[in-house]
Amino acid sequence: MSGLLIRNGRLVDPSSGTDAVQDVWIADGHIHKVGKALKAPAGVEVVDARSKVVCPGFIDMHVHLREPGFEYKETIASGTRAAAAGGFTAVACMANTFPVNDNRAVTDYILARAKVEGVVRVYPIGAVTRNLEGTQLAEMAEQAEAGCVAFSDDGRCVMNAALYRRAMEYALPFGTPVISHAEDCHLAHGAPMHEGIVSTELGLAGQPGAAEEVMVARDIILAELTGAHLHIAHISTAGAVRLLREARARGVRVTAEVTPHHLLLTDEAVRSYDSNVKMAPPLRTKRDVEACLEALADGTIDCVATDHAPHALSEKEGEFAEAANGVAGLETAVALLLDRLVRPGVLDLPTLVTRLSTAPARLLGLPGGTLAPGAAADITILDLEQPWTVNPATFQSRSRNTPFAGCTGTGAPWMTLVGGVKVSP
Amino acid sequence: MGWKRKDLLGMQDLEASEITDVLDTAASMKEIATREIKKVPTLRGKTVVNLFYESSTRTRTSFEIAGKWLSADVINFSASGSSAEKGESLLDTARNIEAMSPDLVVVRHKASGTPALLARHLRCGVVNAGDGAHEHPTQALLDLMTIREKKGHLEGLNVTIVGDVTHSRVARSDIFGMRKMGITVTVAGPPTLIPAQCQELGVKVSHRLEEAIAHADVIMMLRLQHERMQGGYIPSIREYSRVWGLSLARLAPCRPDVLIMHPGPVNRGVELAPEVADSRYSVILDQVANGVAVRMAVLYLLAGSKKA
Repeated sequence: MSGLLIRNGRLVDPSSGTDAVQDVWIADGHIHKVGKALKAPAGVEVVDARSKVVCPGFIDMHVHLREPGFEYKETIASGTRAAAAGGFTAVACMANTFPVNDNRAVTDYILARAKVEGVVRVYPIGAVTRNLEGTQLAEMAEQAEAGCVAFSDDGRCVMNAALYRRAMEYALPFGTPVISHAEDCHLAHGAPMHEGIVSTELGLAGQPGAAEEVMVARDIILAELTGAHLHIAHISTAGAVRLLREARARGVRVTAEVTPHHLLLTDEAVRSYDSNVKMAPPLRTKRDVEACLEALADGTIDCVATDHAPHALSEKEGEFAEAANGVAGLETAVALLLDRLVRPGVLDLPTLVTRLSTAPARLLGLPGGTLAPGAAADITILDLEQPWTVNPATFQSRSRNTPFAGCTGTGAPWMTLVGGVKVSP
Repeated sequence: MGWKRKDLLGMQDLEASEITDVLDTAASMKEIATREIKKVPTLRGKTVVNLFYESSTRTRTSFEIAGKWLSADVINFSASGSSAEKGESLLDTARNIEAMSPDLVVVRHKASGTPALLARHLRCGVVNAGDGAHEHPTQALLDLMTIREKKGHLEGLNVTIVGDVTHSRVARSDIFGMRKMGITVTVAGPPTLIPAQCQELGVKVSHRLEEAIAHADVIMMLRLQHERMQGGYIPSIREYSRVWGLSLARLAPCRPDVLIMHPGPVNRGVELAPEVADSRYSVILDQVANGVAVRMAVLYLLAGSKKA
């Protein structure tokens, strides 16, 4: 019997509450057995994971793979290589490609490309409205049938509340969440940063936290009206967290994600006018960061997602107000979270694994998020003692837009396996 | 006297002693304007490029005259619209200009932070001639020079800035510079035109004109852009003028020695009644004259006082 034995690693599997040194035996791409000092027959390859941490594969439920249409920024091949390098075994990719993933043909295309050259699992997210225009529903039923795991106009907010209500209702039979990019476009008004004392000093137009909060409030109300599963993308303000917390306490079906950059940076970073710190939603204040961290720790925020948004240098170089929004996040997220949150004790390791694996698997209804026997052998192995320096030149991604270039830390993904096959390093 | 700085990007970066250096240097430069032959050899052989991405008459002309009176070679490079519209990126343009070995680049751009971006990428010095709603340091310096000239000192004075503070780089540079020089600054305007958390800049905020100007030694009126109506900041120019326009009647209860300033160009009849603009209180043309002196001082301190 061929297979792989991961020996002597510290197994952290939130799905079973395990945190102990165990072996994992993989056969035929699935978890065959988990236990102490497993005896594998001859022919089984052994990975020595002593002093490493073995986790169910990490899932990034919010990335932009840019293919089709923007292959100069990223492709399914390069984006999934970046995911593997960053410790992710699966990604869910947003619909704002060209053409937009608002119909079955594009979904099929993405899945076909992923099958041929994808390194990790790829789950497409379909558009809510045709061409992301916010005026007419996309053919969501067919897209769901084709394999879309959620629906979102991410990058844009569906401003028409009646249409968004219909989208939520229409999605009910598919059991897929509707993911909200909560940003009132009138309040935000295209402003390149958060409104506050820093925007006032820098003379850059600011968008208030209210631009996000107004939409989070609206969408929670619509989720309550329709009974749909609402997922808030990249939550970033204390006010939005408060609304989320209150809604969950009332039993509304609402979940949320937060990005590493919104957990680690504030609008103070914009003082450099470095457009690598420009993204939507913008970096907020210390108070907002603290609220997000608290909510991530207590589970009010379900998961961390990178909002991996690769851009070419030419789109990021130049005037701050005109630069493209977004951060290439796949290859820095896990290392940053290990060093900045787990190491100082802000978040314990099993909680981080939950937020990166079990929670996104559950809320998108994906296989994975567990190392239970029978599950697909999607595994992320961490080395908590690995020192690192962020060097964008070594990224697998085609893009280099990170605000963390030059940052150092300790603790990084060590090995990534998808279906029992090593995909990184 | 020398300056360690490579660039002048904003008043926020300057120490009070550096501001005093500029004002003192400018005061001595001012005499050149009174000569029959208005030329000194100070910057002979130096090249100053005026890189203006936004239209400007006053500031560009002022820098040009300043450079020429100091014998620098002054080249005007006007690029209308954004760099993106031109098809060449801002940094590419700047690198091309740098390849021609200028000593200083004077830049105006509608995007805040552009001079900082250029300063990071260029070996030559960069002077900010106005970037978006961020800073316009030479305007603040000429304002300070004018106030010091008229009042004899700066510390302890009360300055009230009236109007569209949100979109004003002049207001920001004035606030930063005046605070450093010990001036008490009040900003006044409709709440829609006062930026978020403005008090944290160390200024008082008032939403009543009469109250804001009652004890002012200096009233700085800002230009109201007509497009603010479209943005929903004010209902109409008419109403703005009625509530926030400065008339002789409104000035009556103010200090008899109050100075009226304006960074120009003035919208006569909008923020400033014509009879106020032409009154004995107005020092608007002194500001313009001092602008040349201040820019001579800045060019000299950045380009002229090194090795050479």
